[in-house]
Amino acid sequence: MTVIEVRNLAKRYGDQVAVRDVSFTVDAGEIFGIVGPNGAGKTTTVESVSGMRIPDSGTIRVLGLDPRRDRAELRRHIGIQLQESQLPDRLKVWEALDLYSSFYAQPADWRRLMADLGLTEKRNTVFGKLSGGQKQRLSVALALVGNPEIAVLDELTTGLDPQARRDTWELIRGVRDRGVTVVLVTHSLEEAERLCDRIAVIDAGRIVALDTPAALVANAVVPGVARPTLEDAVLALTNPLAR
Amino acid sequence: MNALRKLTVIESKLFLREPIGAFFGVAFPAVLVLVLGSAIPGFTDPSEDNGGRRPIDIYLPIVLALAIATVTMVTLLGVLSAYREKGVLRRLSTTPVSPMALLAAQLIVNVGALLIGSGLACVGAVVAFDVAAPENVGGLVVAFVLGSAAMCAVALLIAAVTPSARASSGLGTLVYFPMMFAAGVWTPGPIMPDAVRRVADFTPLGAASQAMQDAWAGSWPRPLHLVVMGGLTAAFGALAARSFRWE
Ligand SMILES: Nc1ncnc2c1ncn2[C@@H]1O[C@H](COP(=O)(O)OP(=O)(O)O)[C@@H](O)[C@H]1O
Ligand SMILES: [Mg+2]
Repeated sequence: MTVIEVRNLAKRYGDQVAVRDVSFTVDAGEIFGIVGPNGAGKTTTVESVSGMRIPDSGTIRVLGLDPRRDRAELRRHIGIQLQESQLPDRLKVWEALDLYSSFYAQPADWRRLMADLGLTEKRNTVFGKLSGGQKQRLSVALALVGNPEIAVLDELTTGLDPQARRDTWELIRGVRDRGVTVVLVTHSLEEAERLCDRIAVIDAGRIVALDTPAALVANAVVPGVARPTLEDAVLALTNPLAR
Repeated sequence: MNALRKLTVIESKLFLREPIGAFFGVAFPAVLVLVLGSAIPGFTDPSEDNGGRRPIDIYLPIVLALAIATVTMVTLLGVLSAYREKGVLRRLSTTPVSPMALLAAQLIVNVGALLIGSGLACVGAVVAFDVAAPENVGGLVVAFVLGSAAMCAVALLIAAVTPSARASSGLGTLVYFPMMFAAGVWTPGPIMPDAVRRVADFTPLGAASQAMQDAWAGSWPRPLHLVVMGGLTAAFGALAARSFRWE
């Protein structure tokens, strides 16, 4: 079953084209990766999907809803982790979780989520005193606290140490196993390879490849490299010098 | 509704955790009254300039105006623009709860602090300096509420039109001092020159201050002042609502 459908999405800021022409679909229960260089249009794409930005053209359906017209309804079914956004410096971890869970009709158990994300020890720490990784984990917890059907996670492991990254991956798998569809924007091709069922490679506002990690590697043509990795494959697709 | 209640509780806690904000919001008016009354020579003696009344009697409604200006132009404005700049409002807009609820919670918390602070100042003045209670309490409440509303609208409008938290606080300060002047902080009561008063009548805080002084002395606020405060609330509020950016 298709839960997200994007057709011919385009968005520019002034004369800066952020997304030129992007189309894809996401099936229920998959972990769908979006990778590509900085400025490729990943954030603009997922924020249009989640109704945070208004595209110039194209159609988007999420759970059969139009993210602009049915914004309020969609909010109840989607959890969004934004690439950049903070909380008040003096807000405590448990207060943030308790507060955000009060926004939903059927929230997840926030104490359990806090434990799953390794934040229980920090429950009384204020946001301003958390490390980068702890802030990031809290941000993921807030995206999941509403028991969403779809979770959109934008660069969730950027800035985490290796152990925290692996813990977060485990968490994402656990979320998917509960039936949540995950859209994962990432820089890390290791992360994409380990987590994602399918990956869309975006470059300069277009999708240049969309396939399973294995197929992307298998189809890679990288001159001078006998057994290319996913990283080789993606770089070959997005780096004009390598083409 | 549950969300608004929770937001209000959380925002109150955050307000109190910010020591400077809590001081200016809650304690400052009372401290000011006590300092003025006990440290300034002649402040509690009857004066010919004021028709035999003591400066402290005249000054209390002005302190209330000052409290309104401080809470709206410093604390409320500071929090709103910081929340936008840090993406707090944007994050909230990913949930089913509108960032509008956070604005509402902020208004509730700041107006609450303002009421408590103003109440403390009044009680302090009555107890410490035997200032007579306001003669027209109804008129005073009307003037106070309308004046607060008008200044909240100014704060929202400044938050709406400035691009950053720094710009907001800069513009807030730029508005704060003339507003205090219009309220008569430096030229209280009858000392304010007529020309200044005619201009001050048309400013939100000047009108509030005059109306509160009138009510304190026993009459009803003049229609001009009520119209100015109500009109500015509606005009600035509508402009702010149209131009407010959540990110
Ligand atoms: N709010 C914005 N205003 C102006 N330009 C923007 C804005 N957001 C993104 N851009 C530009 O659009 C392009 C795509 O950005 P983005 O979607 O954030 O890419 P990514 O997430 O892949 O790094 C970049 O060139 C970026 O500078
Ligand atoms: Mg991005």
